[in-house]
Amino acid sequence: MNKFTALYRSSVGKKIIMSLSGLFLCTFLVVHVVINLFLFKQDGGETYNRYSEFMSSNPFIRTIEIVLFAGLIAHVISGTLVWLKNRASRPVAYEMYQLKDNTTFTSRTPMLTASASLVGFFLVIHLRTFWVPNRFWETAPQSNYDLVAAAFSDPVYSLFYIVALVFLAFHLRHGFQSGFQTLGLSDKQYKWLIDSVAVIFWLFIPLMFAAMPAYFLWFK
Amino acid sequence: MDFKLKIWRQKNRDDRGRFVDYEVKNVSPDASFLEMLDILNVDLVKRGEEPVAFDHDCREGICGSCGLVVNGRSHGPGRGIATCELRMRGFKGGETIVAEPWRAKSFPILKDLIVDRTALDRIIAAGGYISSKTGAVPEANSIQVPKPAAEEAMDAASCIGCGACVAACPNSSAMLFVAAKVSHLALLPQGKVERKERVLKMIEQMDKEGFGNCSNNYACEAECPKKISVTHIARLNREFILAEIS
Ligand code: SF4
Ligand code: FES
Repeated sequence: MNKFTALYRSSVGKKIIMSLSGLFLCTFLVVHVVINLFLFKQDGGETYNRYSEFMSSNPFIRTIEIVLFAGLIAHVISGTLVWLKNRASRPVAYEMYQLKDNTTFTSRTPMLTASASLVGFFLVIHLRTFWVPNRFWETAPQSNYDLVAAAFSDPVYSLFYIVALVFLAFHLRHGFQSGFQTLGLSDKQYKWLIDSVAVIFWLFIPLMFAAMPAYFLWFK
Repeated sequence: MDFKLKIWRQKNRDDRGRFVDYEVKNVSPDASFLEMLDILNVDLVKRGEEPVAFDHDCREGICGSCGLVVNGRSHGPGRGIATCELRMRGFKGGETIVAEPWRAKSFPILKDLIVDRTALDRIIAAGGYISSKTGAVPEANSIQVPKPAAEEAMDAASCIGCGACVAACPNSSAMLFVAAKVSHLALLPQGKVERKERVLKMIEQMDKEGFGNCSNNYACEAECPKKISVTHIARLNREFILAEIS
């Protein structure tokens, strides 16, 4: 325990926790998006309903769910602590500061925190619409498929969802490769590999998520 | 060339400081930024005013003494140069140039453009060395170092400790500086012996000094006069993890 507190007190330690939890959350995105693909199967949502039934009843998955929440909380807390210390590290601002000459849009801190908070917001709404009704409403009137279909038939909700996805994409654009740097795994040799896998996370996965509202809005 | 200058003036550590406007005339385009300040200072002395204080020594980019944020860029616009290597020909005649000191909580301003960078010295003192008697010059081939490791180590060792990485970083993080030293020593057989204590102690000291955390946006690498690469930061992180888990 002592070693862990020492680790967590150090700046690099907090960032290691951030990277591990962040990359762990990325694996969840993969599982999530794969299950969502069943929405597109033309069987009135049968397969999708079966899978979501399985996901909400299987004890193993439910345990993972708890780990996932823990990961999310660890990510948010570490991120906030890091951010607070960074804010305090330059009490007097520069008169002129050309940070944009040297850094990418997504890597600049204000952007990150903004997108991160939006991602958080997105998750809250998301859980409220799907997870809570399924888990806690005794008499859930509809199947999961119907719930999804109903939510995404609402253009306002869909738009909000897509905007949140764009922020998630920005967040992952910086975050994914950043995790590897912090874990000491990036090197000139592997840069191409990390950057290519990163594209899956910041581009393809958000696009696949965005396909759902698009499908229910225009093709259903 | 003529310039308008907006320079940070601050009497001492406790003074609040402010920008003062100056004009400097007849500067050769080949003059360095520091030489331009010399010209201004001669004028100021002639007028009986206090000259602008700034750090400098070698004036050829090797000592790490100089360091100003010029027009919002550490060591001014341009890549791989220290402030002493910044030439006035890169500016437009008549342009207003803003010059301020490195700004970071860990670098308190001593006077005008001079900051206290002893925080970096304390980080080095915490572990940035090897503790063995070096003695007389050893036989060249007694300790063999693979060529790629020697190259990497040499690149890292070229850090001049100027602090531009801290100044350029939105988080005032000293990771590039610390990484350069940790990487330099971890790559060489002589440094490997104390690698674990070194990385832990240097990071501990870095945190104690109040530097921010690295958020991997790599402004440091872009402004480093020695173009130290952020891959050294990855190595620093690796060294830290290995030291923690073993
Ligand atoms: S890493 Fe580069 S910018 Fe930082 S102190 Fe060393 S030479 Fe200066
Ligand atoms: S004065 Fe020595 S590096 Fe600029």
